[in-house]
Amino acid sequence: MSHAVIIDKAVKRYGDFQAVNGISLTIKPGEFFTLLGPSGCGKTTLLRMIAGFNTVDGGEIRFDDSVINNVPAHKRDIGMVFQNYAIFPHLNVTDNVAYGLKARKVPNAEIGPRVMEALKMVQIDHLATRKPNELSGGQQQRVALARAFVIEPSVLLMDEPLSNLDAKLRVQMRTTIKKLQRRLGITTVYVTHDQEEALAISDRIAVMKEGNIMQVGAPEEIYRKPANPFVANFIGVSNFIDCDVNASGGKAEVTIEGKYHISMPANQAYQGAAILSARPEQLFLSDKGIPGVITLALFLGDFVQYEIRLENDQVIELNEYTKDTDSTRAVGENVFVDFNPRQVSLYKKDSQEVLSC
Amino acid sequence: MAKERKLHSLRVMNMHIPYHIIMIIWSFISMFPVWILIINTFKIRKEIYTNPFGLPKVWTLQNYKSLLANANFFVYFRNSFLVVVVSLFMILFLGSLCAYALAHWRTRFSGGVYFFFVLGMMLPIKIATIRLLQIMKNLGLMNSLFSLYPVYIAMGLPTAVFILTEFIHGLPTELYEAGFMDGAGRFRIYYNIVLPLIRPALATVAIYNLVPIWNDLWFPLIFITKEDQKTVLLAVTMLQGQYSTDWPKLLTILAMSALPVITLYLLMSKQFVKGLTAGAVKG
Repeated sequence: MSHAVIIDKAVKRYGDFQAVNGISLTIKPGEFFTLLGPSGCGKTTLLRMIAGFNTVDGGEIRFDDSVINNVPAHKRDIGMVFQNYAIFPHLNVTDNVAYGLKARKVPNAEIGPRVMEALKMVQIDHLATRKPNELSGGQQQRVALARAFVIEPSVLLMDEPLSNLDAKLRVQMRTTIKKLQRRLGITTVYVTHDQEEALAISDRIAVMKEGNIMQVGAPEEIYRKPANPFVANFIGVSNFIDCDVNASGGKAEVTIEGKYHISMPANQAYQGAAILSARPEQLFLSDKGIPGVITLALFLGDFVQYEIRLENDQVIELNEYTKDTDSTRAVGENVFVDFNPRQVSLYKKDSQEVLSC
Repeated sequence: MAKERKLHSLRVMNMHIPYHIIMIIWSFISMFPVWILIINTFKIRKEIYTNPFGLPKVWTLQNYKSLLANANFFVYFRNSFLVVVVSLFMILFLGSLCAYALAHWRTRFSGGVYFFFVLGMMLPIKIATIRLLQIMKNLGLMNSLFSLYPVYIAMGLPTAVFILTEFIHGLPTELYEAGFMDGAGRFRIYYNIVLPLIRPALATVAIYNLVPIWNDLWFPLIFITKEDQKTVLLAVTMLQGQYSTDWPKLLTILAMSALPVITLYLLMSKQFVKGLTAGAVKG
């Protein structure tokens, strides 16, 4: 049975440095949950706290109703996939996968069929007698996966399992992992710094920065409605444009560079400096909008990537899909940049609090 | 044309001719005594004196035959063999257990323990001979192989702990974590994961200690006078009399005693080099 993982104000300290800063999360049973963030944000630390390799210095971690703070790693009923696979180099594929079952004193008659079934699930049953050094990186990763779930854990942890694979294999493996997780229904906590991978694979994502959670939500939610500029810039690419806002009654009047006025929906009353966050594909070239000059035009096949210098010398990025236009604009051309006010996000300049809804 | 010549000179350069010349000369210097030793064992006694460096004019196996006919010879060999096997086993067993602990549970205390072991590499054990003699006497271990085991184990442990700790430390921690997560206890991880993975380092430690233990004369000379507890090398010294030396017998027993060491070294030299360098490149 898979458990819910409840993290309640969890803290991890290294001397004066707080690597995990009182994080609270509720991961539902059977959910594919991803901890996403740049290196040093505490995501691996938090995962290792769930695994039992790091102590919990404050708060608690629960599997369903039982607190596991002081339960040793091997009694937490966890399967784990490590970044460098950590498969035993001196054992062949079968023995590697069987290791956990043997250590758990599963009857011998049961071990063989269970190992074979796990190997079939990750499609390496034909390599059962090979040694790890005779396997490719992707195959080794599959062994690590099989070893993690063959013990039928109630929680599966993965620490950047795909980061040592080449780009093509990474895409292939993440589909395999996703399908496998669906089929097994094991609660999975996945750590990655690759935002595309996180978007593709997760049911929900927690974006982390410096030991804090910046936003928790479904992939589409955190992409479309980032809660703050950090998330907007970490998930995908965002242009940040300074503006002035006068918001009241659910409506914000936005003025950009004192020239371009546009009205947007707002979640609160506010008056003052703000940041408008727009993704390259949310901006388009128009006959009205923010004036600028094209400084670079890269034709990339399905879209053209423009760099446009605004009048305040800020350079923004804009993508125009090839199918939407007949020709590429020339460098040096004066253009207007426009956007759909319901798609972009608006943040208070000082507190970085979200204004748009 | 020019390219061809360049390739040619590169190939010649890769042969490292000067190094090879030096190494050949060096090998010759080291091998020469061994060669003299071997050929002289096939000579009759008189010829050793008249023709020490040349090949035997009359080949004889008499020296070996008489040596093998001597029952004591087997006792000496058995003793030497026992001393080496038991000491090496204990050095490897205790050393790897100790290294496993020191590599993984690093505290201020473990740092002190590690330093204590490494200190043993710098202090020659022979300076403690008189104390050891007293201890062995009080323990009633004189004239017994049991006086040699603890001394040799103590001699071997510092290098064993030093080499093995570094080696175990170089193994990726995820391997232990994976094993731990799979429900293996610490001893199971040691036995199932660590030991197989440090085999090259164990071979290094074994060879490194094999020769000094096998060839040690000092401690048997001091602790042992009883005939049935003598080691090979101790027996050899008895052949070297004050007025006359039984050269054929002496050389033959020396040749025989070198044989196991040379064989083992040749068998394990590949692992030996692997173990020495593996610790070096893992950062």
